[in-house]
Amino acid sequence: MTGGGEGGRGGRGESLAAALGEIVGARHVRTALPERITYARDGLPTHRRVPGVVVLPGSRDEVVAVVRLLAALGVPFVPRGAGTGLSGGALANDDAVLMVLTRLNRILAIDPRNRIAVVEPGVVNVRLSAAAAPHGLYYSPDPSSQTACTIGGNVAENAGGPHCLKYGVTATHVLGLEVVLADGQVVELGSPGGEPWGPDLVGLFVGSEGNFGIATRIRVRLLPVPRAIRTLLADFSALRTAGEAVSAVIASGIVPAALEMMDQSCINAVEDSVYAAGYPRDAAAVLLVELDGCREEAVAADADTIAGILRAHGARDVLSAADAKQRERLWQGRKKAFGAMGRLSRDLVVQDAVVPRSSLPDVLEAIGRIAAAYGLTVSNVFHAGDGNLHPNISFDGRVPGLKARVDQASGEIMAVCIAAGGTITGEHGIGLDKLRYMPLIFDGDALAAMRAVRLVFDPLERVNPGKVVPVHACREWSGVRSAQWGVRSAADRDRSSNSALRIPHSAFES
Amino acid sequence: MSLVDRVRALLGDDAVDVATTPDGVPRVAPGSPDAVALLLGTAREEGWRVRVEGAGTWLPADAPADLALTTRRLDKVPAIEPQDLSATAEAGIGCDLLRQQLADGGTWLALDPPGLAGRTLGSVVATATAGPLRQGFGAVRDHLLGVTFVTGDGRLVQSGGRVMKNVAGYDLTKLAAGGFGAFGVIVLVHLRLRALPRADQTLVLEGSREDLAQVAEDIAAAAVQPAAHELMSPALARRERWMLAVRFAGSAALVSAEEAALRAASGGRFTALRADEAHALWMRAAESFATRPVTFRVGGLPDSSDELMDLLQHQVGDEWISASPGIGAIRWGGETTVDRLRRLRRTLAGLEVPLTLERAPWPVRAAVGHFGAYREGVGPLVAGLRRTFDPGDALVVAVEGTE
Repeated sequence: MTGGGEGGRGGRGESLAAALGEIVGARHVRTALPERITYARDGLPTHRRVPGVVVLPGSRDEVVAVVRLLAALGVPFVPRGAGTGLSGGALANDDAVLMVLTRLNRILAIDPRNRIAVVEPGVVNVRLSAAAAPHGLYYSPDPSSQTACTIGGNVAENAGGPHCLKYGVTATHVLGLEVVLADGQVVELGSPGGEPWGPDLVGLFVGSEGNFGIATRIRVRLLPVPRAIRTLLADFSALRTAGEAVSAVIASGIVPAALEMMDQSCINAVEDSVYAAGYPRDAAAVLLVELDGCREEAVAADADTIAGILRAHGARDVLSAADAKQRERLWQGRKKAFGAMGRLSRDLVVQDAVVPRSSLPDVLEAIGRIAAAYGLTVSNVFHAGDGNLHPNISFDGRVPGLKARVDQASGEIMAVCIAAGGTITGEHGIGLDKLRYMPLIFDGDALAAMRAVRLVFDPLERVNPGKVVPVHACREWSGVRSAQWGVRSAADRDRSSNSALRIPHSAFES
Repeated sequence: MSLVDRVRALLGDDAVDVATTPDGVPRVAPGSPDAVALLLGTAREEGWRVRVEGAGTWLPADAPADLALTTRRLDKVPAIEPQDLSATAEAGIGCDLLRQQLADGGTWLALDPPGLAGRTLGSVVATATAGPLRQGFGAVRDHLLGVTFVTGDGRLVQSGGRVMKNVAGYDLTKLAAGGFGAFGVIVLVHLRLRALPRADQTLVLEGSREDLAQVAEDIAAAAVQPAAHELMSPALARRERWMLAVRFAGSAALVSAEEAALRAASGGRFTALRADEAHALWMRAAESFATRPVTFRVGGLPDSSDELMDLLQHQVGDEWISASPGIGAIRWGGETTVDRLRRLRRTLAGLEVPLTLERAPWPVRAAVGHFGAYREGVGPLVAGLRRTFDPGDALVVAVEGTE
């Protein structure tokens, strides 16, 4: 698109940029290489793509106009929020336009009576809770990146977070969506109260990683701020014991708001950083358990029960945060653990997989063996209550051959999780990074079904192309004539022939 | 070769029972998900129209079809994992049997769908019919980890998984749950369970609808967090007046604290039920809906519940109503006409409230449709999805009406 990859811009790229500039204003179109390079990665360091053009629309109408222009030109595009994703999902090739939605950052409505908010996609997650706080409400999904990530990105990825154990992931909290489809058509999905209007298209859209279109308005459920909170820190002398304690807590019938685990490598990284939380360095693992609710006496009693269970299952000590300050400190260590691990080495791969909770002890030991076999540092910090693992591999990408070893180790870790009955991602998404694992958990029919659904929303596969579903692994599907081309009809085929996807740079021949 | 002979050749003699349906449609009971796929693949090739049945206790088995596919032999529960709080069950298992097996392992599926106790799991999932517990534990979709379904052309499609979180690929489970079978036949369901609540207490209050609606608001304002919070019409509650039934389920400490908060918020007016009384109340209310010819649900904003109930009363009567005012969900049961349902759906659509027809005789379903009055642009998406999953139009489902 830029006529010279990373090297510079051709005349065709300039004409597209000029057309985009007429819609959003020239200063919101980025064409210079140094500017485009700043969008070449997301939160995962192992994938890099330099987009052809970056455009930052400032309103829903501008989004629609941009999408319609790109549809007319047959140019693929990639929606992006704050770029904190961890799957390479919001990266665009140089034949595509990267549409950054951070300027759509208005909280459009907060309805305290019905506990609902309506936001634009670029609203930063934590800002919504701050805005809802005067009404005694908050937005529950709390990914670790919540001070930076956007709710639009959360919707695309169906983001989770520590407190999703009790309150559910993003999909649980999204009631309705206004979406712009690939052809620029605006469609409202769901209903104001959250009841699906027909089939559950809101549920289908959430987590579709931008492949079904762009959510321009998002209606979410807010929850009452808990009046009572207890935060416990339990430390263990063995990883396995900590994993077994997780199962015991879950089986108790008391659902903690959060149940997080950190291993010794992670504990030390945190304690060496400015986020030091007072975690015991000699522990093989700590569990951070939070209970919340609206009744002080019930939360206190449940916390006592859980503390007893933790002790009975091998906790050396169970500390209860004495006040809000200590609680915040304990949580800061957990939430900033990924940042703290940045100290361990130059690069960090944050992995994401889910296993049945009862298999946590075995899987954690297997991950330890894989790390040792490859000579890698793997730190575990994760949502233990959900069985949602985050084995993080620290490495220096400049060392020859090391990246390949990290890749192999990641693959083996995924294989262990799949063998345990788990899945390859619980909250980070497939993006580019996990395309290769998709055939390990879905057969050709399941993958083809996903692709066929995508074609309903985006018949030419122009929105965030090349992500989520590995096309080569799809079995033939009725109406989808060719797995490679995804052509559904003669009309589609004719239109496809102008797509910049397969004939790079053709979009500018006008 | 006749259709019946063809099916016998495909699935074996014991899978076919010709004489049992009232309308003479051959009923076929495949014994495995693969057999369902084989049957529907053949149906697509032969151009057979297939209606799907479960235990026959919810949707009437009256859709015109060449054959009826019943899931009743898909009644196995391959896995219950109390430690993981998950289970895998085939779609034809009755909810009562499943509930018993789960309880034996100390686990609980926090769903109390309308209908008879033996209603199949597949029916509940396909119609997304949650009951009063939707207030505290969410919609049907919130209890699903994954499903496997067979498309109208006989493909076995697996979606989701059996772990607590999963964002691998698009979430086709959401399409299957509440799709009324339009996108395929659900054959296997992976469930998210809870530990059996240590305490379970129901309290009730009778009064006028207006009075109880005010109490419901006071309860919400006091941040009481019930598992169920249901306003029932007198006929449904089998009382003289309307009833507000509040249920708490969880740890003993939680239930006791919430009950105290409820009493404080309501001036101590609620009466606590014994466990057997509570069981009878909730079960009768659920079963009552299976005795009415038409059932539908509407979903609005919580603060519009009263207005919506007025509207229902005015247009179709309010004899059988069960409402969760805390989340704006209302279920209606009774007798009514196609014209009234169409008019009501149009009126509700103007208020941005969808009406989903849950059960009705075929002529009503066919005319009104389970869904309708979509917002602009939604219809083509639904039609596209339907073509994707049932390209030969083999599955007889009244997705939209004929208006």
